[in-house]
Amino acid sequence: MSTQVAQSGAQALARREGSPWTGLWAVVYKELADHLTGIRMQILETLMLLTAVGTVYAATQSIRQTIGEDPFLFLRLFTTAREPLPSFVGFLGFLIPLTAIALGFDAINGEYSRRTLSRVLSQPIYRDALILGKFLAGLATLAITLVALWVVVTGMGLFVLGLPPGGEEVARGLLFLVATLAYAGIWMGLSMLFSAVFRQPATSAMTAIAVWLLFAVFWDMLAALISQALRPTQYGGVAEELAQARLQLLLARFSPNTLYAETVIALLNPAVRSLGPVLITQLEGAVLGTPLPLGQSLLIVWPQFTALVAVVILLFAATYVLFQRQEVRA
Amino acid sequence: MSVAVETVGLTKRYGDLVAVQDLNLRLNTGEVFGMLGPNGSGKTTTILMLLGLTEPTAGTARVLGWDPTRQPLQVKRRVGYLPDSVGFYDELTAWENLRYTAALNGLSSAEANRRIGEVLERMGLQDVAHRKVGTFSRGMKQRLGLADVLLKQPQVAILDEPTLGLDPEAALEFLALIRSLKRDGLTVLLASHLLHQVQSVCDRVGLFHRGRMVLEGTVDELRERVLGGAYRIHVQARGAEVERILREVPGVVRVTRTDGDTYRVEARVDCRAEIARRVVASGDLLALSVDRPGLDEVYARYFQQVEAQSGGAA
Repeated sequence: MSTQVAQSGAQALARREGSPWTGLWAVVYKELADHLTGIRMQILETLMLLTAVGTVYAATQSIRQTIGEDPFLFLRLFTTAREPLPSFVGFLGFLIPLTAIALGFDAINGEYSRRTLSRVLSQPIYRDALILGKFLAGLATLAITLVALWVVVTGMGLFVLGLPPGGEEVARGLLFLVATLAYAGIWMGLSMLFSAVFRQPATSAMTAIAVWLLFAVFWDMLAALISQALRPTQYGGVAEELAQARLQLLLARFSPNTLYAETVIALLNPAVRSLGPVLITQLEGAVLGTPLPLGQSLLIVWPQFTALVAVVILLFAATYVLFQRQEVRA
Repeated sequence: MSVAVETVGLTKRYGDLVAVQDLNLRLNTGEVFGMLGPNGSGKTTTILMLLGLTEPTAGTARVLGWDPTRQPLQVKRRVGYLPDSVGFYDELTAWENLRYTAALNGLSSAEANRRIGEVLERMGLQDVAHRKVGTFSRGMKQRLGLADVLLKQPQVAILDEPTLGLDPEAALEFLALIRSLKRDGLTVLLASHLLHQVQSVCDRVGLFHRGRMVLEGTVDELRERVLGGAYRIHVQARGAEVERILREVPGVVRVTRTDGDTYRVEARVDCRAEIARRVVASGDLLALSVDRPGLDEVYARYFQQVEAQSGGAA
């Protein structure tokens, strides 16, 4: 009896053989080719390119007219808004989630509805390779798009302003790129998760867009409402107002949009010294408006940046587990 | 004769639902085996377990000596699978779809191109190789599916409902292609509910019912076991004791008088000549014909018998 139990225990422990990543690159190349040649991505990429050119051109016009001396003039290209256009960063905040959702919403249920899943999984690969391959291909597509945009913006800056970016400006620009990639990864991870949960690609796309709307439009209102209800200012003291502001900020930071916005502000504007409420006594001895070194700016956004990456990993892990447990047959 | 696929007590349960119950299956190398039975009788679940795409609840399976649960990559390198109503990426061409399969199998680019050309030509798809699969008819997709299976040069081909949804002509063509696989020395496992269509290509068949394989053998064996005779001879004759004469012919199992002067004779062998001689000797023979009952009838009759027995027991 005991040997039987031991035997079955040993059997359960026996691992499946072969690397789970067999065939990973075949999946990555195929998905990447699909994304880059698909009409869906071409439309969104054209849209992003047009907004980049438009907003940066408007920014250069206003920079030429106003600025006298600014050590980080190049970074202004990303953040300067000129009526009626928002800044490049502002536009990106809208377009990136849409693009990322478009990349992932039919990743898994699309394979079911096209009836290709059992044929692909009967090839000598594990499911691990299929899901990771799709995720990496999506991230690579986003990275290619973002790098292309960044090069367009920098090139336009060189061309129109006639001024080369400094080393720190390039470094800040690249870090901004990495943060944007993480932010895009969140929306792609979310839409891929929904593509594993829902059977219909239309359902997963709508749900992902609904979540995005919630965070883009309603979350800040909700955060304000809840913090006013929980920490009312009855006597109007500083302590009360500080408590309310802190709670509101805490709630707002549950939204990836807030985390991304804070990261971008601190990276692209070296003068930003704090992302929370600051008391006047804390500013004693500070020279206002002087830029922080890159290391210090990075230190300010490190928690936000870590959170963005962590959410990407969590969403991918959830999708992975869900997909592994699904039946191959629809 | 070596064994290509073997299962011992293979069982799959989904909660209370038993999809496959205690299956003992054995496929010899180079034979065409038909898993036949209605929808939901456990055929596809069995196939998924053989490919390691679903884990069995109990029992073991061996495919070409490998364990599909623990060594699925080894199994899937050597086994080609054509799923039930196979799908392709519609926005890619036939060639591109096969290139993906080749890449997943780790073929080099030159080797892939050579093999893709070969299998497309064999399936008669060379002219549409660079057309998008979205424009393909059902029959073309099915042939592309078989090309996809042959691309990895498998030792075993598993085909799930290969003729479903094809028009009669395309179905016959497809069955001819399956026969050509056997000539190449492949072991073929066929699952279908269209019994009459696939019985002609199968060396042996197993009849499935509610997750169990209830009958197994060659088509002739099953006919004899269930219907009592592999041949059914229709006799129209006039004479005094035709029924008795027919019963005495060697090889005859059963004689029933259908109406007037026609009789149905079930026999183990084709004994028309002997019947003719004996009937003519004592009366008038008006007509004589033979047919071989199909598996549909075997299946239907088997369950009539099972129900009659269980009814009698109750």
